[in-house]
Amino acid sequence: MPIITVVTRDGTGRAVDMEVGATLMEGLRDHGFDEVLAMCGGCCSCATCHVYVEPASPPLEDEDDLLAGAAHRRDNSRLSCQIILSADHDGLRVAIPPED
Amino acid sequence: MHYDILIVGSGHGGAQAAITLRQRGYTGSIAIIGDEPDLPYERPPLSKDYLSGAKPFERILIRPPAFWETRDITLLRGRRVVVVDPVAHAVTTGDGAVVGYGQLIWAAGGHARRLDCAGGGLAGIHTVRTRADADAMRAELPAVEQAVVIGGGYVGLEAAAVLRAAGKRVVLLEQQDRVLARVAGETLSRFYEGEHRAQGVDMRLGARVDGFIGDGRSVTGVRLADGELIPAQMVVVGIGLVPAVAPLLAAGAMGGDGVMVDAHGRTSLPDIHAIGDCALHPNAYAGGRHIRLESVQNATDMAVTVAKALTGAAEPYRAVPWFWSNQYDLRLQTVGLSAGHDAAVLRGDPAARSFAIVYFRAGRVVALDCVNATRDYTQGRALVEAGWHGDPALVADTTVPLKDLAARSSH
Repeated sequence: MPIITVVTRDGTGRAVDMEVGATLMEGLRDHGFDEVLAMCGGCCSCATCHVYVEPASPPLEDEDDLLAGAAHRRDNSRLSCQIILSADHDGLRVAIPPED
Repeated sequence: MHYDILIVGSGHGGAQAAITLRQRGYTGSIAIIGDEPDLPYERPPLSKDYLSGAKPFERILIRPPAFWETRDITLLRGRRVVVVDPVAHAVTTGDGAVVGYGQLIWAAGGHARRLDCAGGGLAGIHTVRTRADADAMRAELPAVEQAVVIGGGYVGLEAAAVLRAAGKRVVLLEQQDRVLARVAGETLSRFYEGEHRAQGVDMRLGARVDGFIGDGRSVTGVRLADGELIPAQMVVVGIGLVPAVAPLLAAGAMGGDGVMVDAHGRTSLPDIHAIGDCALHPNAYAGGRHIRLESVQNATDMAVTVAKALTGAAEPYRAVPWFWSNQYDLRLQTVGLSAGHDAAVLRGDPAARSFAIVYFRAGRVVALDCVNATRDYTQGRALVEAGWHGDPALVADTTVPLKDLAARSSH
Protein backbone atom coordinates (compact mmCIF):
# COMPACT_ATOMS: atom_id res chain seq x y z
CA MET A 1 0.00 0.00 0.00
CA PRO A 2 1.35 3.47 -0.81
CA ILE A 3 2.92 5.42 2.04
CA ILE A 4 2.00 9.06 1.64
CA THR A 5 3.37 12.00 3.59
CA VAL A 6 0.82 14.67 4.45
CA VAL A 7 1.81 18.15 5.58
CA THR A 8 -0.96 20.06 7.34
CA ARG A 9 -1.44 23.83 7.55
CA ASP A 10 0.64 24.14 10.68
CA GLY A 11 3.58 22.68 8.75
CA THR A 12 3.71 19.34 10.54
CA GLY A 13 4.05 16.19 8.44
CA ARG A 14 2.90 12.63 9.01
CA ALA A 15 3.38 9.54 6.85
CA VAL A 16 0.31 7.33 6.47
CA ASP A 17 -0.46 4.09 4.71
CA MET A 18 -3.33 4.69 2.28
CA GLU A 19 -5.58 2.20 0.56
CA VAL A 20 -5.16 1.36 -3.12
CA GLY A 21 -8.35 2.08 -5.08
CA ALA A 22 -9.58 4.85 -2.78
CA THR A 23 -9.19 8.45 -3.81
CA LEU A 24 -6.57 10.62 -2.14
CA MET A 25 -9.47 12.70 -0.77
CA GLU A 26 -10.91 9.62 0.93
CA GLY A 27 -7.47 8.68 2.22
CA LEU A 28 -7.01 12.12 3.76
CA ARG A 29 -10.47 12.02 5.33
CA ASP A 30 -10.05 8.50 6.65
CA HIS A 31 -6.75 9.39 8.30
CA GLY A 32 -8.21 12.36 10.11
CA PHE A 33 -6.85 15.23 8.01
CA ASP A 34 -9.96 17.31 8.50
CA GLU A 35 -8.55 20.51 7.02
CA VAL A 36 -9.74 19.18 3.65
CA LEU A 37 -13.37 20.27 3.40
CA ALA A 38 -14.32 18.18 0.31
CA MET A 39 -17.79 19.64 0.21
CA CYS A 40 -19.10 17.89 -2.90
CA GLY A 41 -18.02 14.50 -1.62
CA GLY A 42 -15.58 13.85 -4.41
CA CYS A 43 -17.52 14.32 -7.65
CA CYS A 44 -15.33 17.10 -9.08
CA SER A 45 -17.98 19.76 -8.55
CA CYS A 46 -16.15 22.11 -6.20
CA ALA A 47 -12.54 22.84 -5.40
CA THR A 48 -12.64 22.31 -1.64
CA CYS A 49 -10.36 19.25 -1.64
CA HIS A 50 -7.46 21.16 -3.21
CA VAL A 51 -3.96 19.90 -2.32
CA TYR A 52 -0.37 20.33 -3.51
CA VAL A 53 1.34 17.13 -4.60
CA GLU A 54 5.01 16.25 -5.05
CA PRO A 55 5.94 14.89 -7.56
CA ALA A 56 3.52 17.06 -9.55
CA SER A 57 1.04 15.46 -11.96
CA PRO A 58 -1.19 17.20 -14.48
CA PRO A 59 -4.87 17.72 -13.59
CA LEU A 60 -7.72 16.50 -15.81
CA GLU A 61 -9.56 19.11 -17.88
CA ASP A 62 -12.55 19.71 -15.57
CA GLU A 63 -10.29 19.55 -12.57
CA ASP A 64 -7.98 22.14 -14.13
CA ASP A 65 -10.95 24.46 -14.70
CA LEU A 66 -12.04 24.13 -11.06
CA LEU A 67 -8.50 24.67 -9.81
CA ALA A 68 -8.34 27.87 -11.85
CA GLY A 69 -10.80 29.32 -9.35
CA ALA A 70 -8.83 28.23 -6.27
CA ALA A 71 -7.30 31.06 -4.29
CA HIS A 72 -3.90 29.45 -3.67
CA ARG A 73 -3.31 27.54 -6.88
CA ARG A 74 0.23 26.44 -7.68
CA ASP A 75 1.86 24.44 -10.46
CA ASN A 76 1.50 21.24 -8.44
CA SER A 77 -2.14 21.78 -7.44
CA ARG A 78 -4.57 18.86 -7.75
CA LEU A 79 -8.05 18.05 -6.51
CA SER A 80 -7.49 15.14 -4.16
CA CYS A 81 -10.82 13.56 -5.19
CA GLN A 82 -9.46 13.04 -8.71
CA ILE A 83 -6.38 11.04 -7.69
CA ILE A 84 -7.15 7.33 -7.45
CA LEU A 85 -4.47 5.77 -5.29
CA SER A 86 -2.26 3.02 -6.67
CA ALA A 87 1.03 1.46 -5.63
CA ASP A 88 2.73 4.04 -7.86
CA HIS A 89 1.79 6.75 -5.39
CA ASP A 90 4.16 5.35 -2.79
CA GLY A 91 6.31 8.25 -1.58
CA LEU A 92 3.86 10.95 -2.66
CA ARG A 93 4.05 14.13 -0.61
CA VAL A 94 0.82 16.04 -0.12
CA ALA A 95 0.48 19.51 1.38
CA ILE A 96 -2.76 21.23 2.34
CA PRO A 97 -3.05 24.78 0.98
CA PRO A 98 -3.81 27.79 3.19
CA GLU A 99 -7.48 28.39 4.02
CA ASP A 100 -9.32 30.48 1.38
CA MET B 1 -26.78 14.41 30.47
CA HIS B 2 -25.40 17.84 29.75
CA TYR B 3 -23.18 19.10 26.95
CA ASP B 4 -21.54 22.48 26.55
CA ILE B 5 -22.58 22.44 22.90
CA LEU B 6 -25.44 20.22 21.79
CA ILE B 7 -26.02 19.86 18.06
CA VAL B 8 -29.41 18.63 16.91
CA GLY B 9 -29.17 16.87 13.55
CA SER B 10 -26.45 14.62 12.18
CA GLY B 11 -26.45 15.73 8.54
CA HIS B 12 -23.88 17.85 6.75
CA GLY B 13 -24.50 20.93 8.90
CA GLY B 14 -24.47 19.19 12.27
CA ALA B 15 -21.37 17.17 11.45
CA GLN B 16 -19.48 20.17 10.09
CA ALA B 17 -20.34 22.29 13.14
CA ALA B 18 -18.73 19.70 15.43
CA ILE B 19 -15.74 19.24 13.13
CA THR B 20 -15.08 22.99 12.92
CA LEU B 21 -15.47 23.52 16.67
CA ARG B 22 -12.74 20.96 17.36
CA GLN B 23 -10.56 22.27 14.52
CA ARG B 24 -10.72 25.68 16.15
CA GLY B 25 -9.56 24.28 19.45
CA TYR B 26 -12.85 24.16 21.31
CA THR B 27 -12.35 21.94 24.36
CA GLY B 28 -15.84 21.84 25.90
CA SER B 29 -18.10 18.82 25.61
CA ILE B 30 -19.89 18.34 22.28
CA ALA B 31 -22.72 15.97 21.36
CA ILE B 32 -24.63 15.45 18.14
CA ILE B 33 -28.12 14.10 18.58
CA GLY B 34 -29.85 12.71 15.49
CA ASP B 35 -32.89 10.61 14.72
CA GLU B 36 -31.10 8.28 12.29
CA PRO B 37 -29.19 5.17 13.39
CA ASP B 38 -26.16 5.88 11.19
CA LEU B 39 -22.99 7.91 11.53
CA PRO B 40 -23.14 11.25 9.68
CA TYR B 41 -23.16 10.62 5.94
CA GLU B 42 -23.43 12.58 2.73
CA ARG B 43 -26.94 12.95 1.37
CA PRO B 44 -26.40 13.92 -2.30
CA PRO B 45 -25.23 10.40 -3.28
CA LEU B 46 -28.57 8.99 -2.04
CA SER B 47 -30.16 10.02 -5.34
CA LYS B 48 -26.99 9.30 -7.35
CA ASP B 49 -24.03 6.98 -6.66
CA TYR B 50 -25.43 5.33 -3.54
CA LEU B 51 -28.81 4.64 -5.11
CA SER B 52 -27.13 3.17 -8.17
CA GLY B 53 -24.85 1.00 -6.04
CA ALA B 54 -21.71 2.68 -7.40
CA LYS B 55 -20.62 3.73 -3.90
CA PRO B 56 -20.98 1.60 -0.74
CA PHE B 57 -22.15 3.27 2.46
CA GLU B 58 -18.64 3.41 3.97
CA ARG B 59 -17.57 5.68 1.14
CA ILE B 60 -20.26 8.25 1.80
CA LEU B 61 -19.55 8.63 5.52
CA ILE B 62 -18.64 12.25 6.25
CA ARG B 63 -15.88 10.97 8.56
CA PRO B 64 -14.68 7.44 9.44
CA PRO B 65 -16.11 5.95 12.65
CA ALA B 66 -12.92 6.50 14.66
CA PHE B 67 -12.96 10.22 13.95
CA TRP B 68 -15.81 10.98 16.33
CA GLU B 69 -14.12 9.10 19.16
CA THR B 70 -10.71 10.67 18.73
CA ARG B 71 -12.26 14.16 18.61
CA ASP B 72 -14.37 13.38 21.69
CA ILE B 73 -17.64 14.13 19.93
CA THR B 74 -20.53 12.15 21.41
CA LEU B 75 -23.04 10.77 18.90
CA LEU B 76 -26.50 10.24 20.35
CA ARG B 77 -28.08 8.27 17.53
CA GLY B 78 -31.64 7.22 16.87
CA ARG B 79 -33.15 9.93 19.02
CA ARG B 80 -35.43 12.72 17.94
CA VAL B 81 -35.72 15.96 19.87
CA VAL B 82 -39.38 16.72 20.50
CA VAL B 83 -39.24 19.54 23.05
CA VAL B 84 -36.86 22.47 23.49
CA ASP B 85 -36.90 24.37 26.75
CA PRO B 86 -34.88 27.55 26.25
CA VAL B 87 -35.26 28.63 29.89
CA ALA B 88 -34.00 25.37 31.39
CA HIS B 89 -31.46 25.05 28.53
CA ALA B 90 -32.55 21.47 27.88
CA VAL B 91 -34.15 19.35 25.20
CA THR B 92 -36.35 16.29 25.58
CA THR B 93 -36.18 13.37 23.17
CA GLY B 94 -38.99 11.12 21.99
CA ASP B 95 -38.05 8.46 24.56
CA GLY B 96 -38.33 10.98 27.38
CA ALA B 97 -34.62 11.61 27.98
CA VAL B 98 -33.63 15.15 28.96
CA VAL B 99 -30.36 16.55 27.64
CA GLY B 100 -29.04 19.87 28.94
CA TYR B 101 -26.96 22.28 26.89
CA GLY B 102 -24.92 25.44 27.20
CA GLN B 103 -25.34 26.35 23.52
CA LEU B 104 -27.70 24.63 21.11
CA ILE B 105 -27.10 24.33 17.37
CA TRP B 106 -30.24 23.28 15.55
CA ALA B 107 -29.24 21.48 12.33
CA ALA B 108 -32.26 19.20 12.00
CA GLY B 109 -32.84 19.81 8.29
CA GLY B 110 -36.24 18.58 7.29
CA HIS B 111 -38.43 15.72 6.24
CA ALA B 112 -39.24 14.85 2.66
CA ARG B 113 -42.67 16.21 1.79
CA ARG B 114 -45.17 13.41 1.27
CA LEU B 115 -48.11 13.31 -1.11
CA ASP B 116 -51.23 13.45 0.94
CA CYS B 117 -53.67 11.57 -1.25
CA ALA B 118 -55.56 8.27 -1.46
CA GLY B 119 -53.29 5.26 -1.19
CA GLY B 120 -50.33 7.30 0.07
CA GLY B 121 -49.54 4.71 2.73
CA LEU B 122 -48.95 1.81 0.33
CA ALA B 123 -45.60 0.02 0.26
CA GLY B 124 -43.43 0.89 -2.72
CA ILE B 125 -43.94 4.65 -2.40
CA HIS B 126 -40.63 6.27 -1.52
CA THR B 127 -39.06 9.59 -0.73
CA VAL B 128 -35.28 10.13 -1.01
CA ARG B 129 -33.96 11.83 2.08
CA THR B 130 -32.26 9.20 4.23
CA ARG B 131 -30.10 6.13 3.82
CA ALA B 132 -33.09 4.03 4.89
CA ASP B 133 -35.10 5.50 2.00
CA ALA B 134 -32.41 4.63 -0.54
CA ASP B 135 -31.88 1.15 0.94
CA ALA B 136 -35.60 0.42 0.72
CA MET B 137 -35.66 1.45 -2.93
CA ARG B 138 -32.61 -0.62 -3.77
CA ALA B 139 -34.10 -3.69 -2.13
CA GLU B 140 -37.27 -3.40 -4.21
CA LEU B 141 -35.63 -2.51 -7.52
CA PRO B 142 -35.15 -6.03 -8.90
CA ALA B 143 -38.94 -6.54 -8.95
CA VAL B 144 -39.64 -3.21 -10.64
CA GLU B 145 -40.43 -2.95 -14.34
CA GLN B 146 -41.87 0.54 -14.37
CA ALA B 147 -41.33 3.33 -11.86
CA VAL B 148 -43.20 6.60 -11.58
CA VAL B 149 -41.25 9.60 -10.34
CA ILE B 150 -43.37 12.42 -8.97
CA GLY B 151 -41.70 15.82 -9.07
CA GLY B 152 -39.31 17.28 -11.64
CA GLY B 153 -36.88 18.94 -9.25
CA TYR B 154 -33.26 17.83 -8.87
CA VAL B 155 -34.02 14.84 -6.63
CA GLY B 156 -36.71 13.55 -8.99
CA LEU B 157 -34.59 14.03 -12.09
CA GLU B 158 -31.55 12.38 -10.51
CA ALA B 159 -33.65 9.43 -9.38
CA ALA B 160 -35.12 9.12 -12.89
CA ALA B 161 -31.60 9.05 -14.36
CA VAL B 162 -30.49 6.30 -11.97
CA LEU B 163 -33.64 4.26 -12.62
CA ARG B 164 -33.14 4.52 -16.38
CA ALA B 165 -29.52 3.46 -16.01
CA ALA B 166 -30.80 0.44 -14.06
CA GLY B 167 -32.93 -0.48 -17.07
CA LYS B 168 -36.33 0.48 -15.64
CA ARG B 169 -39.11 2.13 -17.58
CA VAL B 170 -39.64 5.54 -16.00
CA VAL B 171 -42.61 7.91 -16.12
CA LEU B 172 -41.92 11.33 -14.63
CA LEU B 173 -44.85 13.44 -13.48
CA GLU B 174 -44.44 17.18 -13.00
CA GLN B 175 -47.35 19.34 -11.99
CA GLN B 176 -45.99 22.50 -13.59
CA ASP B 177 -45.43 23.00 -17.30
CA ARG B 178 -41.67 22.52 -17.00
CA VAL B 179 -39.17 20.71 -14.79
CA LEU B 180 -36.90 22.65 -12.39
CA ALA B 181 -39.49 25.44 -12.43
CA ARG B 182 -38.70 26.44 -8.85
CA VAL B 183 -34.94 26.72 -9.22
CA ALA B 184 -33.97 27.51 -12.81
CA GLY B 185 -34.92 29.45 -15.90
CA GLU B 186 -36.86 28.01 -18.80
CA THR B 187 -33.84 27.29 -21.02
CA LEU B 188 -32.38 24.90 -18.48
CA SER B 189 -35.78 23.30 -17.91
CA ARG B 190 -36.27 22.58 -21.60
CA PHE B 191 -32.74 21.22 -21.92
CA TYR B 192 -33.21 18.71 -19.09
CA GLU B 193 -36.68 17.81 -20.33
CA GLY B 194 -35.17 16.98 -23.72
CA GLU B 195 -32.28 15.01 -22.25
CA HIS B 196 -34.54 12.85 -20.12
CA ARG B 197 -36.86 12.23 -23.06
CA ALA B 198 -33.85 11.26 -25.19
CA GLN B 199 -32.90 8.80 -22.46
CA GLY B 200 -36.33 7.24 -22.70
CA VAL B 201 -38.09 8.85 -19.75
CA ASP B 202 -41.82 9.29 -20.37
CA MET B 203 -42.05 12.91 -19.25
CA ARG B 204 -45.52 14.21 -18.37
CA LEU B 205 -45.75 17.92 -17.71
CA GLY B 206 -48.82 19.55 -16.22
CA ALA B 207 -49.68 16.17 -14.67
CA ARG B 208 -51.75 16.11 -11.49
CA VAL B 209 -51.77 13.06 -9.26
CA ASP B 210 -55.17 12.01 -7.97
CA GLY B 211 -54.10 9.00 -5.94
CA PHE B 212 -52.36 5.65 -5.76
CA ILE B 213 -53.83 2.25 -6.32
CA GLY B 214 -52.51 -0.97 -4.88
CA ASP B 215 -53.12 -4.63 -4.22
CA GLY B 216 -53.91 -3.94 -0.58
CA ARG B 217 -50.27 -3.80 0.45
CA SER B 218 -48.05 -2.48 -2.33
CA VAL B 219 -48.54 0.20 -4.92
CA THR B 220 -49.50 -1.01 -8.40
CA GLY B 221 -50.17 2.29 -10.11
CA VAL B 222 -50.70 6.03 -10.04
CA ARG B 223 -54.04 7.58 -11.01
CA LEU B 224 -53.92 11.03 -12.61
CA ALA B 225 -56.58 13.70 -12.19
CA ASP B 226 -57.69 13.14 -15.80
CA GLY B 227 -58.42 9.50 -14.97
CA GLU B 228 -55.41 7.92 -16.63
CA LEU B 229 -53.91 5.02 -14.75
CA ILE B 230 -50.13 4.56 -14.93
CA PRO B 231 -48.91 1.14 -13.80
CA ALA B 232 -45.96 1.25 -11.39
CA GLN B 233 -44.29 -1.17 -9.01
CA MET B 234 -42.36 1.73 -7.48
CA VAL B 235 -43.14 5.40 -6.94
CA VAL B 236 -40.51 7.99 -6.02
CA VAL B 237 -41.85 11.22 -4.57
CA GLY B 238 -39.50 14.20 -4.83
CA ILE B 239 -41.63 17.23 -4.07
CA GLY B 240 -39.52 19.13 -1.61
CA LEU B 241 -38.83 19.34 2.05
CA VAL B 242 -40.67 20.36 5.21
CA PRO B 243 -38.22 22.03 7.59
CA ALA B 244 -37.97 20.27 10.95
CA VAL B 245 -38.46 23.22 13.26
CA ALA B 246 -41.65 22.46 15.17
CA PRO B 247 -39.99 22.12 18.62
CA LEU B 248 -38.23 25.47 18.15
CA LEU B 249 -41.38 27.27 17.03
CA ALA B 250 -43.30 25.70 19.91
CA ALA B 251 -40.64 27.09 22.24
CA GLY B 252 -41.33 30.57 20.90
CA ALA B 253 -38.67 30.98 18.20
CA MET B 254 -39.54 33.33 15.36
CA GLY B 255 -40.08 31.63 12.05
CA GLY B 256 -42.57 29.80 9.88
CA ASP B 257 -41.24 27.96 6.87
CA GLY B 258 -38.00 27.44 8.77
CA VAL B 259 -36.61 29.13 11.84
CA MET B 260 -35.53 32.74 11.56
CA VAL B 261 -31.84 33.45 12.23
CA ASP B 262 -29.60 36.49 11.95
CA ALA B 263 -26.36 36.77 9.96
CA HIS B 264 -24.56 34.85 12.73
CA GLY B 265 -27.06 32.00 12.79
CA ARG B 266 -28.70 33.13 16.04
CA THR B 267 -32.39 32.39 16.51
CA SER B 268 -34.61 34.70 18.56
CA LEU B 269 -34.15 32.35 21.54
CA PRO B 270 -31.12 32.72 23.85
CA ASP B 271 -28.15 30.44 23.12
CA ILE B 272 -29.96 28.69 20.27
CA HIS B 273 -28.55 28.80 16.75
CA ALA B 274 -29.83 27.24 13.55
CA ILE B 275 -28.06 26.24 10.35
CA GLY B 276 -28.67 24.52 7.04
CA ASP B 277 -31.88 23.55 5.26
CA CYS B 278 -34.14 24.65 8.10
CA ALA B 279 -32.61 28.09 8.72
CA LEU B 280 -34.34 31.17 7.31
CA HIS B 281 -31.28 33.36 7.06
CA PRO B 282 -30.49 36.74 5.52
CA ASN B 283 -28.58 36.01 2.32
CA ALA B 284 -26.45 38.64 0.60
CA TYR B 285 -27.07 36.93 -2.74
CA ALA B 286 -30.82 37.29 -2.29
CA GLY B 287 -30.50 41.02 -1.65
CA GLY B 288 -30.37 40.42 2.09
CA ARG B 289 -33.80 38.78 2.18
CA HIS B 290 -34.40 35.90 4.58
CA ILE B 291 -34.43 32.66 2.60
CA ARG B 292 -33.96 28.95 3.13
CA LEU B 293 -31.39 27.13 1.01
CA GLU B 294 -31.41 23.37 0.71
CA SER B 295 -27.82 22.61 -0.19
CA VAL B 296 -24.64 21.07 1.14
CA GLN B 297 -22.82 24.35 0.61
CA ASN B 298 -25.26 26.28 2.76
CA ALA B 299 -25.33 23.65 5.52
CA THR B 300 -21.55 23.45 5.65
CA ASP B 301 -20.81 27.15 5.42
CA MET B 302 -23.47 28.10 7.98
CA ALA B 303 -22.00 25.46 10.30
CA VAL B 304 -18.61 27.13 9.98
CA THR B 305 -20.17 30.55 10.63
CA VAL B 306 -21.79 29.41 13.89
CA ALA B 307 -18.76 27.39 15.01
CA LYS B 308 -16.60 30.47 14.51
CA ALA B 309 -19.03 32.67 16.40
CA LEU B 310 -19.00 30.21 19.32
CA THR B 311 -15.20 30.24 19.38
CA GLY B 312 -14.80 34.00 19.41
CA ALA B 313 -14.48 34.79 15.69
CA ALA B 314 -17.92 36.01 14.67
CA GLU B 315 -18.23 36.97 11.00
CA PRO B 316 -21.56 37.51 9.25
CA TYR B 317 -22.60 34.78 6.82
CA ARG B 318 -21.75 35.75 3.25
CA ALA B 319 -20.80 32.57 1.42
CA VAL B 320 -21.66 32.43 -2.28
CA PRO B 321 -24.39 29.85 -2.86
CA TRP B 322 -23.38 26.95 -5.09
CA PHE B 323 -24.89 23.65 -6.02
CA TRP B 324 -24.37 20.68 -8.31
CA SER B 325 -26.41 17.91 -9.89
CA ASN B 326 -25.19 14.88 -11.86
CA GLN B 327 -27.57 13.19 -14.28
CA TYR B 328 -26.44 10.75 -16.98
CA ASP B 329 -23.20 12.28 -18.30
CA LEU B 330 -24.33 15.83 -17.50
CA ARG B 331 -22.55 17.80 -14.83
CA LEU B 332 -24.58 20.80 -13.73
CA GLN B 333 -22.87 23.40 -11.58
CA THR B 334 -24.74 26.43 -10.30
CA VAL B 335 -23.39 29.52 -8.59
CA GLY B 336 -25.48 32.36 -7.15
CA LEU B 337 -29.26 32.50 -6.88
CA SER B 338 -31.32 32.90 -10.05
CA ALA B 339 -34.64 33.44 -8.24
CA GLY B 340 -36.14 36.76 -9.25
CA HIS B 341 -33.94 37.22 -12.32
CA ASP B 342 -35.27 39.53 -15.02
CA ALA B 343 -32.99 38.46 -17.88
CA ALA B 344 -31.15 35.29 -18.86
CA VAL B 345 -28.41 35.06 -21.47
CA LEU B 346 -27.42 31.80 -23.11
CA ARG B 347 -23.70 31.27 -23.51
CA GLY B 348 -22.82 28.34 -25.74
CA ASP B 349 -25.02 25.77 -27.43
CA PRO B 350 -27.34 23.37 -25.58
CA ALA B 351 -27.24 21.09 -28.64
CA ALA B 352 -23.51 20.67 -28.01
CA ARG B 353 -24.40 19.68 -24.41
CA SER B 354 -21.97 22.25 -23.04
CA PHE B 355 -23.30 25.70 -22.19
CA ALA B 356 -24.01 28.21 -19.46
CA ILE B 357 -26.98 30.39 -18.66
CA VAL B 358 -26.12 33.71 -17.08
CA TYR B 359 -28.89 35.30 -15.02
CA PHE B 360 -29.26 39.05 -14.51
CA ARG B 361 -31.32 41.06 -12.06
CA ALA B 362 -31.52 44.83 -12.50
CA GLY B 363 -28.56 44.70 -14.86
CA ARG B 364 -26.26 42.70 -12.59
CA VAL B 365 -25.16 39.07 -12.87
CA VAL B 366 -26.79 37.13 -10.02
CA ALA B 367 -26.28 33.48 -11.01
CA LEU B 368 -25.03 30.98 -13.57
CA ASP B 369 -26.25 27.51 -14.43
CA CYS B 370 -23.41 25.68 -16.17
CA VAL B 371 -23.86 22.32 -17.92
CA ASN B 372 -20.61 20.53 -18.74
CA ALA B 373 -18.99 23.96 -18.59
CA THR B 374 -16.78 23.98 -15.54
CA ARG B 375 -14.63 26.82 -16.79
CA ASP B 376 -17.61 29.17 -17.04
CA TYR B 377 -18.76 28.03 -13.61
CA THR B 378 -15.40 28.82 -12.04
CA GLN B 379 -14.93 32.12 -13.83
CA GLY B 380 -18.57 33.12 -13.50
CA ARG B 381 -18.32 32.94 -9.72
CA ALA B 382 -16.27 36.15 -9.78
CA LEU B 383 -19.03 37.88 -11.77
CA VAL B 384 -21.64 36.84 -9.20
CA GLU B 385 -19.46 37.89 -6.29
CA ALA B 386 -18.81 41.27 -7.88
CA GLY B 387 -22.42 41.76 -9.00
CA TRP B 388 -20.95 42.41 -12.46
CA HIS B 389 -22.90 44.76 -14.64
CA GLY B 390 -22.37 45.49 -18.28
CA ASP B 391 -23.67 44.62 -21.69
CA PRO B 392 -25.34 41.18 -21.54
CA ALA B 393 -24.29 40.61 -25.15
CA LEU B 394 -20.68 40.39 -23.95
CA VAL B 395 -21.63 37.43 -21.79
CA ALA B 396 -23.10 35.57 -24.78
CA ASP B 397 -19.83 35.73 -26.70
CA THR B 398 -18.09 32.41 -26.01
CA THR B 399 -14.87 33.68 -27.59
CA VAL B 400 -14.47 36.00 -24.59
CA PRO B 401 -13.58 34.15 -21.36
CA LEU B 402 -15.79 35.24 -18.45
CA LYS B 403 -12.69 36.09 -16.46
CA ASP B 404 -11.88 38.80 -19.00
CA LEU B 405 -15.28 40.37 -18.37
CA ALA B 406 -14.60 40.78 -14.68
CA ALA B 407 -11.94 43.32 -15.63
CA ARG B 408 -14.37 45.11 -17.97
CA SER B 409 -17.04 45.95 -15.42
CA SER B 410 -18.56 49.35 -16.02
CA HIS B 411 -18.58 51.07 -12.65
